[in-house]
Amino acid sequence: MSLLNVESLTVDYQTRAGRVRAVDVVSFVIEKGETVGLVGESGSGKSTLGHSIVRLIPPPGIVKNGKIWIEGKNILNITEEEMRSIRGSKVGYIFQDPTTSLNPVKNVGDHFIELIQQHQPKCSNEEALNQTRKIFQDVGILPERINDYPHQFSGGMRQRIMIGLATALNPDIVIADEPTTALDVIIQAKILDLLLELRQKHRMALILITHDLGIIFENCERIIVMYAGKFVEYANSIELHRRPLHPYTKGLLQTIPNIELADQKLESISGSPPDMLNLPNGCPFWPRCPKVMKVCKRKEPEITQVRKNHGVRCFLYGGK
Amino acid sequence: MKKYFPVQKSFLEKIITGKTSYVKAVDDISFSVKSGEVFTLAGESGCGKTTTGMLLALLIPLTSGEIFFDGQNLTKLRSEDLRAMRKKIQIVFQDPYSSLNPRMKVGKAVGHPLEINDVASGSGMRKIVLDMLEKVGLSPPEKFYDLYPHQLSGGQRQRIALARSIIMNPKFIVADEPVSMIDVSLRTTIINLMLDLRKELGLTYVFITHDLAVAKYISDRIAIMYLGKIVEIGKKRRIFEDPLHPYTKALISAIPVPDPESKRNVIDLEGEIPSAINIPSGCRFHTRCPFVFDKCPIEEPSLKEKGKNHRVACHLC
Repeated sequence: MSLLNVESLTVDYQTRAGRVRAVDVVSFVIEKGETVGLVGESGSGKSTLGHSIVRLIPPPGIVKNGKIWIEGKNILNITEEEMRSIRGSKVGYIFQDPTTSLNPVKNVGDHFIELIQQHQPKCSNEEALNQTRKIFQDVGILPERINDYPHQFSGGMRQRIMIGLATALNPDIVIADEPTTALDVIIQAKILDLLLELRQKHRMALILITHDLGIIFENCERIIVMYAGKFVEYANSIELHRRPLHPYTKGLLQTIPNIELADQKLESISGSPPDMLNLPNGCPFWPRCPKVMKVCKRKEPEITQVRKNHGVRCFLYGGK
Repeated sequence: MKKYFPVQKSFLEKIITGKTSYVKAVDDISFSVKSGEVFTLAGESGCGKTTTGMLLALLIPLTSGEIFFDGQNLTKLRSEDLRAMRKKIQIVFQDPYSSLNPRMKVGKAVGHPLEINDVASGSGMRKIVLDMLEKVGLSPPEKFYDLYPHQLSGGQRQRIALARSIIMNPKFIVADEPVSMIDVSLRTTIINLMLDLRKELGLTYVFITHDLAVAKYISDRIAIMYLGKIVEIGKKRRIFEDPLHPYTKALISAIPVPDPESKRNVIDLEGEIPSAINIPSGCRFHTRCPFVFDKCPIEEPSLKEKGKNHRVACHLC
């Protein structure tokens, strides 16, 4: 039984301007201890997918179809009370912006104590405090700061607090949604190191959601590329880097500056990101695709397994 | 150049402490930019790069120091002459969402500088604007002329901002993180556009960024800033192939590389960037420097020449 099994998930946002299909029939499986990167840009659906796994899709988003199995239980069918016991203890979530995800009127220690006691109601204040001190040590926060408030911490420290909260109860899966976007590059490196260290220590699976290819390639064993709500390619990171198949993936790799290459010639991807309210017929990438064919404008390709563990959604490789 | 911002204090605090403290955003920096080059100010939060950009674009006054542009001392100009200068110096901001008036259609936004400077109006203005939209790659220009900003992507909006900045034929553009808020697939297009415009219109850029990978692609020369000072400055190649300042080395080592097979060693720095209100004594980097020794907290190093066009402020060098 897999740790996480997402089966044909479809998530829509019903807005006044129309319906946006943020996640379009997505399926994937995560096993214990894996690091998987979900990469995509605006409108790709990666954040919505992440939110779906913890059932925190903001309104007006709703799950239209599909199942999400966590250790054999379809979490889309359980009560909110049951879901609350899964959030934090089975699946941890690190939000993008630590400033808005921490309660400004609660001190940092209380954030942890409340979390711990919610999942372990028999745990005394004393014990919860001890556990909190230990977590502080793990994430690199001075224990004297247990009574400080979120605003008294820097951005990097707040993200450490978020990581602490997400991993406090030793969940099996941690989802990190753009965990370092708001941070300076040197702190970013430290935060990612911390995340991976904790992951290794507690043997957690990590789903890293980001638009940053550098971070994805450095930290993930497996990568999934999303575009307009669908998976367009997935492979092991070395395979994806050496043999990218989808024109979008290739385009991305050629457009990202790599500081280790001398005199890099960057190529651009033409066009604009998809208008999710007005997707074209056929493959949503066709208006920007250098290899577009007639069939691309009429039909949407299916995923083709090109090699073991390497799939691509493109008529260039089958797709029927 | 210096730019100090007084810290807002409550009335009570002022009485108790007496002194005003200052955020020393830009603390005595000097540099020159050659005509036609892309000069990059690079650094992390609080290094003063954005404030420097605003000073260069004449958006905020200096606390002390001078700016010479095309031989003229801008700090000594009278307001009419300064206004004429402003046409030659333009700025493009980071946020393509807040830098465009949401109530102004694209055509009006781009043509606005022409109108307010009495250069053109009506059909004359329209023609110039259409040419400009075409130039920045928004084709067909007639289609974009009548759209509102919210109908465009971030990348398209940034093209509009560029079009607006070049319509008065400036010589000099300050670009403050122009691609940081744009989708990665669109960044190269904007950067390449800026480089094309430089060639075509003879522009000079001061490019501000925290993203050293982008800096490596676009720059001719780079100045690395830390807490209000320039710590290293030189030709792009030298900075990346032979970084001298410990901060520069750490910064470069921390950049993620989009290659799963690359093994890099991230240089670990202690602590975080200190506040610009309480700048460390001596070399302001000494609190985090892996090579700190006794001279560092006492004496502030000055920029010294360490090779052709390569200067660094460090007691080790």
